[in-house]
Amino acid sequence: MTDVITPPTTTDAGIRIPQVFEPTEHHGHEEHGPTGLLKWLTSTDHKVIGLSYMITSIVIFYIAGIMALIIRLQLTSPTNSLVSFSQYNELFTMHGSLMLYLFAGPFAFGGLANYIVPLQVGAPDMAFPRLNALSYWLYLSGSITMLLGFLVAGGAASFGWVAYAPLSNATNSPGLGGDIWIMALVLTGFSAIFTGVNLVATIFYLRAPGMTMFRMPIFTWNMLVTAILILIAFPVLTAALIMLFCDRHFGTHIFSVQGGGSPVLWQNLFWFFGHPEVYILALPFFGIVTEVIPVFSRKPVFGYKGMVFATLSIAALSTGVWAHHMFTTGVVLLPFFSLLSLLIAVPTGIKFFNWIGTMWRGHLLFATPMLFSIGFLFAFLMGGVTGVMLASPPIDFFTHDTYFVVAHFHQVLFGTAVFAGFAGLYYWYPKMFGRLLRDNLGKWHFWLMFIGFWVCFMPQYVVGLLGMPRRVAQYPADLGWQSYNIISTVGAFIIAASFAVLLWNLWISWRKPVLCGDNPWDAHTLEWFTTSPPPHHNYSHLPPIRSERPTWDYNHPDAPSIDHGVGRGHDANGHNGSRKEMVSS
Amino acid sequence: MEALVLLGVATFFGIVGAVYWFTSYEDGGTMMLVGTCLLGLLPGSYYLWWHRRMGDRPEDRSDATIEEGAGQIATFPNSSIWPFVLGMGAFSLVLAFAFGIWFFFPALALIITALIGVTAESRRGGHV
Repeated sequence: MTDVITPPTTTDAGIRIPQVFEPTEHHGHEEHGPTGLLKWLTSTDHKVIGLSYMITSIVIFYIAGIMALIIRLQLTSPTNSLVSFSQYNELFTMHGSLMLYLFAGPFAFGGLANYIVPLQVGAPDMAFPRLNALSYWLYLSGSITMLLGFLVAGGAASFGWVAYAPLSNATNSPGLGGDIWIMALVLTGFSAIFTGVNLVATIFYLRAPGMTMFRMPIFTWNMLVTAILILIAFPVLTAALIMLFCDRHFGTHIFSVQGGGSPVLWQNLFWFFGHPEVYILALPFFGIVTEVIPVFSRKPVFGYKGMVFATLSIAALSTGVWAHHMFTTGVVLLPFFSLLSLLIAVPTGIKFFNWIGTMWRGHLLFATPMLFSIGFLFAFLMGGVTGVMLASPPIDFFTHDTYFVVAHFHQVLFGTAVFAGFAGLYYWYPKMFGRLLRDNLGKWHFWLMFIGFWVCFMPQYVVGLLGMPRRVAQYPADLGWQSYNIISTVGAFIIAASFAVLLWNLWISWRKPVLCGDNPWDAHTLEWFTTSPPPHHNYSHLPPIRSERPTWDYNHPDAPSIDHGVGRGHDANGHNGSRKEMVSS
Repeated sequence: MEALVLLGVATFFGIVGAVYWFTSYEDGGTMMLVGTCLLGLLPGSYYLWWHRRMGDRPEDRSDATIEEGAGQIATFPNSSIWPFVLGMGAFSLVLAFAFGIWFFFPALALIITALIGVTAESRRGGHV
């Protein structure tokens, strides 16, 4: 190992951000291929594809966010007529569809995972690079198809992101909007399946020597489990969508009672996809948080194996709970689904204790990624606790289809996809570009979002308990719902302000870059060993992989290491002496 | 280990599927759970079978050195236009279902071109 690597840029206080940094020379071979637009069109490099995914999904996020603002504005007064009823239906349908299908999932398993997982396992690329490129093009064309809905006569799909039968059939939702929505999801469904195959193959076959399964970073573990969940869930959705299309156009009666079909079958199929989808959206973000917290606590992750088994059991349970969205249909097995839903709280609780255990007596550094991760803990805890409440059928009968449910899933998904997602963006941005996002602007972004988040969603719980149903554009004026809706709208605009700060941060950090070297956070995992941004095919050399933190081991040869792979079983977390050694270097 | 993860999926959904069938007698859910069980079982058994024949790979052993992985890992394609062409073909294909049959013709042309292109590219190893 004679190659010179950049020394870690840490001090005793932790992170030092150099103001001027000479760009490091790339060791590997540069890509000999097309440049400019043709590079983006033809690249099969997982980093270029990952970036394309991230940029597209963040654009989608802003579009869907603007729709949310219009929805919130509409609800500020009981009889507002900012948008018509049909436009309102289109808005909430497209807001949900864009956020769930086209932002949260693709940002995680298309963007971050594509970029980070091959780096974390020491692979030169994804296992099937051209399939990976095809996934992106299917995702992009699916996104464009979905947005085309607004341009056709009759408007976009307006049956909600769950498209329940019989509302979504050709009689109740005629027009091109629904067809375009179905076709967009068929495209993105195939895109997700291909990405899932690619991730599983990469993790199974392209790990570096010594990178055993129990030395993989938790993010990679979570992406593996997510990819398996994708392979379980997305084919069911794609099949159900094709059946729905046949019902609409080819005269089949799969979901209609007239022809002997069953509308509840749609709900069964949809939620067999839909609930794992929630965890497809959550697990990658759990993984991000599990990467960020140890680095900024200056400790290894607490309870590594517990984290892995918690992830596996969350994923397994999540596939057995689909019908808890269908309690009020009256035709599902309440005890079975209630019990499995409640059980998910156990592995999730284990994760929470492990995150807190990682921070416990650590040397905490409140840089922006860490703030977002801690914000995630609060947000997801609230969403999770109300989830346990909703898993109980008596409460669910009372609150089903009210704003209580809306608040619950926004807290779950905002907590994961947005708080943890942007923790990942701030954390890995230096990896992708070799420059930092501004930390002070990042903190503005975080605090505005954190405040806006609580102001926006807490009143929705109350107004839900007061009985306000979801998906209504107007409501009676005499029920006292208006003030809660106004508070919620104010919160939504605070969140919007925070994302204006993010845009400014991205702009200013791009125009006036703060270069930061290869490993600004003194991070643990393998991806920080190579240059930032990594060269074509990622690594010119690799460190010996002897624990779950190879880069840390290499940079801190005197610090104690822990290794879960060979069962030595000693755990350095709790020991004061070893902790001090790990803090300084 | 990889095999164990997948066989674990199969076992869990096998058990849950059985429990679900005998408590609910509902067809749709049971079929999906059985399908999921098979999804774990097929590749899981395949991996286990190969593992028994091959033994541990360097990435399965905790004491492996980086040098043991030396040599060609795999062949990675260079940049290629064909995924984009195939993607646009798929795009046109779904638009044909929404807007009308005439979209089907460019779709077919694009998809066939892309399939021929990608196959030829794999054989001669060229790139754009």
